[in-house]
Amino acid sequence: MSAREAILARLREATADVTTPVGARGEVPTISAAPASAAGTLDLFVDNVADYRATVVRCAPDRVGAEVAAALARGRAHAVLVPDGLEATWVEPSQAAGMWLRRDAGEDGSPLSPGALDEIDAVVTAARVGIATTGTIVLDHTEDQGRRALTLVPDQHVCVIRADQVVHDVPEAVALLDPARPLTWISGPSATSDIELDRVEGVHGPRVLDVVVVG
Amino acid sequence: MPSFQRAAKGALADTQQRRNLAHATATIRAKRAAVVGEVADWEALRVAGADAKDEALHHLPDYLEQLEANLTARGATVHWARDAAEANQVVIDVARAQGADEVVKVKSMATQEIELNEALEEAGIAAWETDLAELIVQLGQDRPSHILVPAIHRNRAEIREIFRREMGRAGRAAPEDLTDEPARLAEAARLHLREKFLRAKVAVSGANFAVADTGTLVVVESEGNGRMCLTLPQTLVSIVGVEKVLPTFADLGTMMQLLPRSSTGERMNPYTSTWTGVTPGDGPQEVHVVLLDNGRSRVLADEVGREALRCIRCSACLNVCPVYERAGGHAYGSVYPGPIGAVLNPLLRGVSSDVDKSLPYASSLCGACFEACPVRIDIPSLLVHLRTQVVDEASGRSAEAAGMRAASWVFGDHRRLEAAQRAASLGGRLLGGRTIRSVPGLGAWTQARDVPTPPTETFRQWWARSHRNDGHTGEDA
Ligand code: SF4
Repeated sequence: MSAREAILARLREATADVTTPVGARGEVPTISAAPASAAGTLDLFVDNVADYRATVVRCAPDRVGAEVAAALARGRAHAVLVPDGLEATWVEPSQAAGMWLRRDAGEDGSPLSPGALDEIDAVVTAARVGIATTGTIVLDHTEDQGRRALTLVPDQHVCVIRADQVVHDVPEAVALLDPARPLTWISGPSATSDIELDRVEGVHGPRVLDVVVVG
Repeated sequence: MPSFQRAAKGALADTQQRRNLAHATATIRAKRAAVVGEVADWEALRVAGADAKDEALHHLPDYLEQLEANLTARGATVHWARDAAEANQVVIDVARAQGADEVVKVKSMATQEIELNEALEEAGIAAWETDLAELIVQLGQDRPSHILVPAIHRNRAEIREIFRREMGRAGRAAPEDLTDEPARLAEAARLHLREKFLRAKVAVSGANFAVADTGTLVVVESEGNGRMCLTLPQTLVSIVGVEKVLPTFADLGTMMQLLPRSSTGERMNPYTSTWTGVTPGDGPQEVHVVLLDNGRSRVLADEVGREALRCIRCSACLNVCPVYERAGGHAYGSVYPGPIGAVLNPLLRGVSSDVDKSLPYASSLCGACFEACPVRIDIPSLLVHLRTQVVDEASGRSAEAAGMRAASWVFGDHRRLEAAQRAASLGGRLLGGRTIRSVPGLGAWTQARDVPTPPTETFRQWWARSHRNDGHTGEDA
């Protein structure tokens, strides 16, 4: 008998007493905090993201490029990675300010190697969903965010999220996400509390997280 | 493996460890209480979490087949492992096929349980732990003592020494001027591990959840080492206990509220990664999933004990347990310490060894673990259930005899008695004015009757405090 057959047989025997059919619990219950108002949800999102020691700014749509450039300047970034699908106006002021915008492509056109990514200072991306109750941003790594490694190896991540992408609680976000995509849920910069429970920001992921909320 | 009581005796004498533990568990308890308090209907969430896991467990063969089909459809290779040896062999074969002599690892209880690192080493493959605490444990040739903060028994000065002594042997050495500031120690780990992440061909992970209806695996973490392992190497092997299955993707809406708040006491952990098989052009292009039994079918067959398989390894029960706080994690003789370890280990392995026989008695049955558990595992009832099994196994011995052995152990040494009394009075503080069911270490002996809630200060503590100046200081002041 293969390991597969053996394990399944053992598990069937172990659950022989169960009389309910599969799925008898019915609809998956949604236990979710209710928003007081759309404005309240956005304020909560901004507060909770900031609580994780990310830098959060809110701006009008025509100010995104300026805020991105300001964040990159604060992080002293020079080489800045730009995913192919990113809104071009979001990084024009940065280019004008002399930053070196890079695509995810080496000289031969293939995606940057991990070593090449390690030479890059910062990355600018869009986002898929924001969650107010937890201060979380979810990336689904479509064209305006790029593959997962892009937001992982560089030391600064500047993430632009539209107000209408922010939902109130976790279950609403889960309902909007596509499970077939790889997803990265980000709540503040990388952190550890492993040494005497002192929280230290910035271990392996980006040490600096800037969030620009539009609208 | 010595019995819990014998191992705990040594731990009780380790004042440093007890101070670290008391500080750590108190800190996490306070954080957890604050973020759980923010959630309006926490109890409804707990019920939903328990129901989701029960649905999966009660129909585990069906959900596993569904998981397998979805993973395979998305380009993953699914392996099944009856035991540790079979699971380890899969990892060894995958690494060899890639010509890899090293793998990077995300913190995973399942891989500790199967002693994967040791098996890889025997096969000539180095396994690098990348979680900061696991790195400390690995470099210090030590064992984890807490589910969430495995190096909780080490202080910053010890960590600095371990890094200075050992990092150079495993790769990039620690900086010459390394201090014991946590930020400097974390920086040293970042530099040490980055070269390993950038060159690694094969990564090994566990999974917090495996979603049957989509084939999605989920890893919850803080540092970004998980993302590194799950993203940069071209080959990924994930060892997933069969009990990790969730029926639907929507269940993550419940679990991702319960887990972070219960474990680190945060609204959300810094990073969660999900992936569904292979995504062309993004991350590992060769994805393996090992579905591991290793005793879980045995637990599932125990109609009472099976609810222990709901456990999502949040460690909330450790942080509220007066016995864990005194004894530390090593005394449980397993990678699963604390209240959940006291039930899970004997359920997984049976009650024939000394340690597994003693574990059901490593509790005061005070009930704090049940109240803290996000998936409502009734650990005290499971302990009582297991005590019955221990007694049945030791034919001719009554429950009272087992209880009296525990009692003689406690009364045999004044320090143990003090520890038990202090633990009980801690229980008194935690539980307010409620009655608790027994004194730690005397579980079986007193389980049949209620004892009054102990005073918050025992006579011995009062004596030690009020007579401090005459040279009779309390050990734990
Ligand atoms: S038994 Fe419950 S509280 Fe303990 S680790 Fe498991 S899920 Fe968490």
